[in-house]
Amino acid sequence: MPLLEVEDLRVAYGKIEAVKGISFTVDAGQVVTLIGTNGAGKTTTLRTLSGLLKPLAGKITFDGEVINDIGAHKIVAKGIAHSPEGRRIFPRLTIAENLQLGAFLRKDTAGIQRDIESAYERFPILGERRHQAAGTLSGGEQQMLAMGRALMSQPKLLMLDEPSMGLSPIMMQKIMETIEELKSQGTTILLVEQNAQAALSLADHGHVMEIGTIALSGTGEELMHDESVRKAYLGED
Amino acid sequence: MNDLPQQLASGLILGAMYGLIAIGYTMVYGIVQLINFAHGEIVMFGAFGGLTAWLLLPQGTALALALPVMLVMAVGVSVLVGIGAERFAYRPLRGAPRLAPLITAIGLSIMLQQLIWGFYPDAKKARTFPQFSGSSVEILGANIQRGELFLLIAAPVCMIALGFFVAKTRTGRAMQATSQDPDTAKLMGINTDRIIVTAFAIGAAFGGVAAIAYGLKYGQIDFKIGFILGLKAFTAAVLGGIGNIYGAMVGGLVLGLAESLATAYIEHIPGMELFGGGAWKNVWAFVLLILVLLVRPQGLLGERVADRA
Repeated sequence: MPLLEVEDLRVAYGKIEAVKGISFTVDAGQVVTLIGTNGAGKTTTLRTLSGLLKPLAGKITFDGEVINDIGAHKIVAKGIAHSPEGRRIFPRLTIAENLQLGAFLRKDTAGIQRDIESAYERFPILGERRHQAAGTLSGGEQQMLAMGRALMSQPKLLMLDEPSMGLSPIMMQKIMETIEELKSQGTTILLVEQNAQAALSLADHGHVMEIGTIALSGTGEELMHDESVRKAYLGED
Repeated sequence: MNDLPQQLASGLILGAMYGLIAIGYTMVYGIVQLINFAHGEIVMFGAFGGLTAWLLLPQGTALALALPVMLVMAVGVSVLVGIGAERFAYRPLRGAPRLAPLITAIGLSIMLQQLIWGFYPDAKKARTFPQFSGSSVEILGANIQRGELFLLIAAPVCMIALGFFVAKTRTGRAMQATSQDPDTAKLMGINTDRIIVTAFAIGAAFGGVAAIAYGLKYGQIDFKIGFILGLKAFTAAVLGGIGNIYGAMVGGLVLGLAESLATAYIEHIPGMELFGGGAWKNVWAFVLLILVLLVRPQGLLGERVADRA
């Protein structure tokens, strides 16, 4: 049984349907990526999975439970962590406080402290600046904080929305290496990326979204060698 | 100018009262970007709650003994009205255009006034509020009425408690997160609905404390007191930087001092003889607001709101 199963999901903003009936699954331990252009419905899909948007129709099953109508703050408790597009760290709170908020629902103080320390090990810059307001970090550092914060809830599924957006090539590489590392540690990841090359190279499965539908699916490997994908998303002609 | 200590003391006392009420505006605005214009009436309800407690206690109870009961009742009534307003007036309008909750707030404040006017015994005219007997106390050259001492103790206690709550407790941190980015706060597992109710409740509770302070200071209350109190406190909140709790208190104190000093001294400035006395008090308050907003549109302690990525 897959960890996450999305069946015929439809989401609308008012009368405009942004996601028009998509289905896909994510198995435990897999990295699955959604790629596609702006406005394809990738972010809308993630925001619906985490409960920020209500689906119009369809069924979302996570860990054996239908989670369509559960409020966002309760979905975290089910084990889905969402690192949103644009990073959305809390700018006027410190780095340490941001990380603690990631563990908002956990009660094991010692475990939280241990996980904060391991976030600092993973991203030493965060440890050095732990008492600084998060708004003072650079874009790449904010992305590290956003990922570290999402991991603080000990999720069964980590959803990353455009983690490489707006980053320098070096930062982008660092973030992708981190995702690779999380994958090797067995973290289940649903990754939304505009950098299709990077996303497909580390994904087990990929889905190409086009204006609200899934146009093409396959393993990362297959999609990377698919001619239409190469043309449309990998900048080849 | 030899009455300066007295004027400073009156200004600070008035300002502390404005500040306590301003907290109610600023907390709610900080979380949901809503100006709860019915907050003045929430304070007014608190004052009548306190009065009711006094009337229900056996006659001849010493005010010092009755005060804790009155305070609990005032805070309780204010909090109930505040939570009720959020639940039944504002929550259904969340996500509606901003004009809708604003008009609702005005309607709500008229309704609350009329409820007291129509249903509280003898409330068509002002009702006397119990007073401390005994002479005033001299502190640093200023005479402080005994009733005003309550405020001088209550205001700092409330502020320190609130500062601690927001900075150090789990709910306080959730409150800061919700105010900075409500959607992302939900992703952390924060029940933002509950945070919004908490903000309304804390603001109303401070209003209840201020209501008792008002009654003790002026000796009478009526169904209209919420209007000008609310307007002044809102001014204080904007002056200090709306959304910032310390700004609300600073704005209140600055406003109170300005009113008190302007009323006392402006008439002594050559050419300004006509503008002296209490009748011009409110004019100076709003002149100050305009001047501050011209120089610092975000208020004294406010931050420019441009840091959301």
